[in-house]
Amino acid sequence: MTTDLTQDGRAAPPNPATAGEAGPRARARRRRREYLLFAAFAAPNFFFLLVFAYWPVIYNAYLSLTDWDMISSSWHMIGLDNYTSLFADPDFRGSLWTTVLFVVGIVAGGLLLGLATALLLNQRLRGRDVVRTLAFAPYVLSGAAVGTLWLFVFDPNYGLIRPLLAPLGMAAPAMMTDSKWALSGLVLVYLWKNTGFVAVVYLAGLQGLPRDVFEAAALDGAGAWTRLRRIILPLLSPVTFFLLVTCTITTFQAFDVIAVMTNGGPGTSTSILSWFIYDQGFRTFDAGRASASAMIMFVVLLLITGFQARFLQRKVHYQ
Amino acid sequence: MTVADSLPDARTVTAGSRSGARRAKRFGLYALLVLVAVIAGGPLYWLISSALKTNPQIYSYPPHWIPTDLRWSNFSDAWSAAPFGRFFLNSLIVSVIGTTVELIAALLCAYAFVFLPFPGKKVLFLFLLGAMMVPGHVTLLPNFLTIAQLGWVNSYAGLIAPGLGSVFGTFLLRQHMLTLPQEITDAAKIDGAGHLRILFRVVLPMSRPMVITVALVVMVGKWNDFIWPLIVTSSADMRTLPIGLLFLQNTETFANWGAILAGAVMVIVPVLVMFFFAQRYIIAGLTQGAGK
Repeated sequence: MTTDLTQDGRAAPPNPATAGEAGPRARARRRRREYLLFAAFAAPNFFFLLVFAYWPVIYNAYLSLTDWDMISSSWHMIGLDNYTSLFADPDFRGSLWTTVLFVVGIVAGGLLLGLATALLLNQRLRGRDVVRTLAFAPYVLSGAAVGTLWLFVFDPNYGLIRPLLAPLGMAAPAMMTDSKWALSGLVLVYLWKNTGFVAVVYLAGLQGLPRDVFEAAALDGAGAWTRLRRIILPLLSPVTFFLLVTCTITTFQAFDVIAVMTNGGPGTSTSILSWFIYDQGFRTFDAGRASASAMIMFVVLLLITGFQARFLQRKVHYQ
Repeated sequence: MTVADSLPDARTVTAGSRSGARRAKRFGLYALLVLVAVIAGGPLYWLISSALKTNPQIYSYPPHWIPTDLRWSNFSDAWSAAPFGRFFLNSLIVSVIGTTVELIAALLCAYAFVFLPFPGKKVLFLFLLGAMMVPGHVTLLPNFLTIAQLGWVNSYAGLIAPGLGSVFGTFLLRQHMLTLPQEITDAAKIDGAGHLRILFRVVLPMSRPMVITVALVVMVGKWNDFIWPLIVTSSADMRTLPIGLLFLQNTETFANWGAILAGAVMVIVPVLVMFFFAQRYIIAGLTQGAGK
């Protein structure tokens, strides 16, 4: 940039770009103009983020301290009552527990299946690119359509599940209307939808690994299992950690498939936190409790992200 | 088969008795590959083929794996049971306008962060990234109240506005612009080009792959968005496709799976087509940040 020429504070040497407006005052004017331009360029994006991302956090925190019912024109500040009543509410506590099962099932299952798929797709096999595309495709599809599809697959009378279980001598369970099965059904659907993502990220990680390490290990007579445990997994640990955190955060916020397949039911069997928040806010119209449960989700996710930051820092020092 | 069988294999000796074992292993690997393909693609095939089946075929047991006489009228049934044409149009408007505005805002912002000075730029950038920490569920109720206050409930403005802020897109575009050679923009400056001109005539053409990546990923996200349109729309004529599908299910009951599945196909086909043609960009965008 032309202004860099004058860092020592002396007048700028003649320059074709700034000819006619040299001198410190002209430079200051130029600088001011660039500041203004920065502000003008960045303003739209920052405006949207302020109004629709930052302000809502403050507003939501405020609402969580009120007893507003979303209809009356007035409300009261009730301090932390919403929080204490939430933690005293078996439905909310149940919802937290369901969320844990849901998130652990999807994240752990997804990481394992995704890693296995990536290891397979990392082999020199014909057609692996087609399979990779096929595996990733569900990830970009609308959760509403995916939920609809799986309601049909799980239909105990004419869904795919019946002919699939028949050879095993099993009758098809009423997956989504039986509270024993509904959560597992959702976990299966999300695994189907998300595993391709995990696999593609792991695959990129695998392809970035140095080849000579494997060759050295093979020469040393290390078996496949030893190579996986001693070499591949440790080298992939940053990828694993990235996936662990991103998948946990997105799974916490999973909503569309649930809204289409179970509406949090039967009973409260699939009412994970994200559904609970929606239900409190837009079906029960209890703004205070909805905001308070959203704040709790926010704090949990912040803790998870903070944990990631610290872990990664330690990792950097370690290397 | 266990995970261990599918490990990368440093070329081992292929002599004598080992070759039989090797062939068996390759066979196993291909079997696994087919299994993954079937699990991933099977349900999709089932959806699309069933959307073309007659009702007796849909409800028959054992199932018809291949639909025989295709029943395209499932689509017109869905179309008449709900205003799918309108849903489609709404989804198109919301995702195209939303993506365009978001992309322009992101481009301008990224350009400013790379090519213009500002005091406290680093802090501002952290502030920008910080918005990523805010989960959608925290903004739901307040954004609904903001939109209600503006009188935008059940309108395109209400559907589009809250999704316009860009963190991911701005970040990717900035990272990309940082790699552009400074000489080129300097030369443009000496030629007397203003910043807007440099952005659209110099930087943008050099950033085409990244812009396509961001645009596609943002568009797919808006097309599939569910919870916000569910909350902010209140009449059938403002619903987007995913919400329309939900309501079709609630009204049609499961007596008419054909129409419901046809509706689901209408929701996924545009994204599926886009994905098959531009998967390189979409995968790159969606898995960004995973590298080490």
